[in-house]
Amino acid sequence: MSASPVRKTLVKSLFGVVGMFVFAVFIMPPLYDVFCEITGIGGKTGGRYQVTDAGIDTTRTVKVQFIATNNGAMPWDFSPSVHEVIVHPGAPTEVAFYAKNRTGRDMVAQAIPSLTPFNAAEYFHKTECFCFNQQPLEAGKEADMPLVFIVDKDLPKSVKTITLSYTLFDVTGRTTKTTASNNSNYKEPVALLD
Amino acid sequence: MSRRANMLFALVLAPVLALISSGSALAEEAQRWAVNMPKGVTPVSNTIYDIHMITFWICVVIGVLVFGVMFYSMFAHRKSRGAVAANFHENTTAEIVWTVIPALILVVMAIPATTALLDVYDTAEAEMDVKITGYQWKWQYEYLGEDVAYMSELATPESEIYNTAPKSQYYLQEVSAPLVIPAKTKVRFLITAKDVIHSWWVPDLGVKKDAIPGFVTESWAYVEEPGIYRGECAELCGKGHAFMPIVVNVLEKEEYNAWLGEKKAEVAAIRELAKKTFTMEELMVKGKEAYDRSCASCHMGNGEGIPGVFPGLKEGSAAVGPVATHLDVVVNGVAGTAMQAFGGQLSEVDLAAIITYERNAWGNDTGDVVQPIDILKFKQGQ
Amino acid sequence: MAHGPAKGIGRWLFTTNHKDIGTLYLWFSFAMFLLGGFFAMVIRAELFEPGMQIIKPEFFNQMTTMHGLVMVFGAIMPAFVGLANWMIPMMIGAPDMALPRMNNLSFWILPFAFALLASTLFMEGGAPNFGWTFYAPLSTTYAPDTVNYFIFGVHIMGASSIMGSINIIATVLNMRAPGMTLMKMPMFVWTWLITAFLLIAVMPVLAGAVTMMLMDINFGTSFFDAAGGGDPVLFQHVFWFFGHPEVYIIILPAFGVISHIIPTFSRKPLFGYSSMVYATASIAFLSFIVWAHHMFLVGMPIGGELYFMYATMLIAVPTAAKVFNWISTMFRGSITYETPMLFAIAFVILFTIGGFTGLMLAIAPADVQYHDSYFVVAHFHYVMVAGAVFSGTAAVYYWLPKWCGKMYDETMGKVQFWISFVGFNITFFPQHFLGLAGMPRRYADYALQFSDWNMISSIGAFMYGAAQLLFMFNVIRTIRSGTPVSEPKTWEGAEGLEWTVATPAPYHTFSTPPEVK
Repeated sequence: MSASPVRKTLVKSLFGVVGMFVFAVFIMPPLYDVFCEITGIGGKTGGRYQVTDAGIDTTRTVKVQFIATNNGAMPWDFSPSVHEVIVHPGAPTEVAFYAKNRTGRDMVAQAIPSLTPFNAAEYFHKTECFCFNQQPLEAGKEADMPLVFIVDKDLPKSVKTITLSYTLFDVTGRTTKTTASNNSNYKEPVALLD
Repeated sequence: MSRRANMLFALVLAPVLALISSGSALAEEAQRWAVNMPKGVTPVSNTIYDIHMITFWICVVIGVLVFGVMFYSMFAHRKSRGAVAANFHENTTAEIVWTVIPALILVVMAIPATTALLDVYDTAEAEMDVKITGYQWKWQYEYLGEDVAYMSELATPESEIYNTAPKSQYYLQEVSAPLVIPAKTKVRFLITAKDVIHSWWVPDLGVKKDAIPGFVTESWAYVEEPGIYRGECAELCGKGHAFMPIVVNVLEKEEYNAWLGEKKAEVAAIRELAKKTFTMEELMVKGKEAYDRSCASCHMGNGEGIPGVFPGLKEGSAAVGPVATHLDVVVNGVAGTAMQAFGGQLSEVDLAAIITYERNAWGNDTGDVVQPIDILKFKQGQ
Repeated sequence: MAHGPAKGIGRWLFTTNHKDIGTLYLWFSFAMFLLGGFFAMVIRAELFEPGMQIIKPEFFNQMTTMHGLVMVFGAIMPAFVGLANWMIPMMIGAPDMALPRMNNLSFWILPFAFALLASTLFMEGGAPNFGWTFYAPLSTTYAPDTVNYFIFGVHIMGASSIMGSINIIATVLNMRAPGMTLMKMPMFVWTWLITAFLLIAVMPVLAGAVTMMLMDINFGTSFFDAAGGGDPVLFQHVFWFFGHPEVYIIILPAFGVISHIIPTFSRKPLFGYSSMVYATASIAFLSFIVWAHHMFLVGMPIGGELYFMYATMLIAVPTAAKVFNWISTMFRGSITYETPMLFAIAFVILFTIGGFTGLMLAIAPADVQYHDSYFVVAHFHYVMVAGAVFSGTAAVYYWLPKWCGKMYDETMGKVQFWISFVGFNITFFPQHFLGLAGMPRRYADYALQFSDWNMISSIGAFMYGAAQLLFMFNVIRTIRSGTPVSEPKTWEGAEGLEWTVATPAPYHTFSTPPEVK
């Protein structure tokens, strides 16, 4: 039977251990997200924006560029309809992204935005974005997906170019994730592995 | 035996020979036994080199002083020399001095380090933008606003890697298509990745930045001098990590504009070519070349793959099954595996050639011929 | 109450004696050191020349990953836990550790965990191949199936470390002999006490990281997957929040050993005891707030990057203070150069060199060129091999007579030292050049301009490896047939309660606590 001070040390240590585990799994990820939102790190641009009528700054313009990437084996055609626009801060602007499902099967995609420079991320507001929802496209179909955004009038004067990147992920039928040899997402009946 | 002779040569004779040989050979030897970072060809690379050397020399001076005291003590205070141990074991003044002085040295170092970092981060007001995407295991370069995009993959043949052919001068540092940028132009790089984390590193440009899937990062370079600069992928990304080098070809502005014009014309020409019909022989030759370049790293030159990891392309595979399925696999990839969608990476001509080659090489002999127009039609969903 | 050890294999399976458990940890860690060393030999053999001669790149990635995992978690950490088990109770005048049965469990889950990890080499898909730092998504979406065994092994190994740390804290805080205040404790006990707190704080974070990985891989979550709103960079933050304190966990006990050996062979007390304690505590505190210097190139905003650069540079201050204190201990001492002292002096020199390259790496703009290159590999081998491993080797030579009552062969010890010292430097000094010249790490093959230094590095590696076999030979021969020694104070300049008990140390020591003045 261990001495009582020893047991107290044991119990306190175990609290510490469990506490740090809870911190790592349940507090660090949300803390990270909040930190990213506040500072714009990683270029995450936040959710749907509620429009306020703050007026348009006609004294300056900002160049907004668009780039598009397919992740992994994502086989869609995916590209911005224009590669850049010149906008006034405060003015709502609409652009479209073209997507086509070139395969013979119905698929669902998720677009994830990332913006640079980071200090502009909190000044870039999307009122309408195809990235808010998963995008289903049937086999062979194409779509023009809208993005409506406003560059905030308070954008630091030093920022003259903003680059918005979308990465398209295949989330068809996604409930479990896959490791390299588990290709359960692939529906065609072909023996690919010898 | 010759290996030991090689070692002896390397250890002793090479530096000696380097010293007595001609200037250009000296440069070659010097490149071989390099001991330091290159100064590079951009203002940033030079700034980095300078701060590296400042830090290095500060460390050397401190090391000489500190080890000097220690070596003196190791010599003078030996018991065998009759040294008798003193008894002191604290001195608060000394402790304060050797805490404050290092702290001051660090503050002094931090100032140029801060300005150097501001330089590294200064991507604003670039004259052109290049999007760089890291793939397993190659790079894609896209010139924003110019409608020019292409893959850049390792050009060193497998035979050199597996020692059945002698290694060329730029072994593992040559690519199918280098990144081409103009000199004396501020170029911004927008970097992302298609699958896992990669990192784009060109020492002479003073650029290294992680390529993270789903996110974009940026860097920049202003290259003073035209030339060819070689770099490497710098983040473990799977089996091809050491086999996806970077080559940057920096041209004078007029030459760059000419190159860009040619590249745009090439894009149009390939589209034209896609309407042409090729013979089986033409497709097999082109197919083998394209297969060896873009497919053999996983499926191997003999089409046997790696059991359990990358499928073989012989009996029972898509290469001898229905053509439509084979097309789907190559053009659209296989979700959840390492098989990428090559429809977005290779031209219709290359794709048709590769598929034809796979269907007829290694004894597969299906007799099937796939034309570029078939690829176009497949992509358009007919 | 005291009786001798049990007989047969049951003794080792069921022992709750801190000396037996220390012995188990030390033999296990040495076996892991040889296994990890074997992986290193495969790596250096393949890198001897450009081209793939012996293995394929995918297997090379398994070798580098397993080398790192086995060395960090199987060799270095258990070795110092073994030293802690043997020495801490004797150093504080306690009869055993506070929780002897948990002590047994802490050890025995380790061979199980590492057998599981090693067996993945023979499974379909191969062993883990994503580096010992296992960044997502290479270690999640793109991992081989064996990743789940890897995660299980990490959990078990982490549990072992946590239990061991709790034991050390409970022992040191509650079982010191009367009169031994905290500021009278030997330095090895202090460094282990602080290390144990670090372990309790960060091993659960590692467990959290691998649990989140497990969930992303098997249960559809998206902690580290951008598609579901997650972020691969979050993985790096969580991992390095563990990873940076981890390297101090590795080195602090090593510092403690050096703080015993140098005073003994200088015949002079440790210089600046209290500042050594405060320096160790400062290093431990600072280790929590510098983690992102491993992530300077992920695209951090400049404010964050500058902060981490400054904070990292700061750690040089207390670390330098320790080096100055060791040298001041030697200064105007009466020095002899037995094998433990040779290793301790080599530690001071080579660890300091590793510290200098660490300072260079802290300079964020320069890190643009150093990051993920062989310059980093050279840095961490200087601090971990010439640092921690040399210190552990020194400790074995130093305390072996007390453990087994036999003296090792001094000439063989000195030869083993010199071959290790020369071999180590031939292996790792050229790697600084490789990194500066542009060779990245974890490369299975390389361009021709890197050939020469790689060949030299590989030669050094084989030399160093051979020296470890000589070490094993010396230790085993000493135990079986070394010259008997029976002086409690085996070394003339040694001080401390452990040097008041008989040599070899009896199975039970300090059943009655001593009086400490």
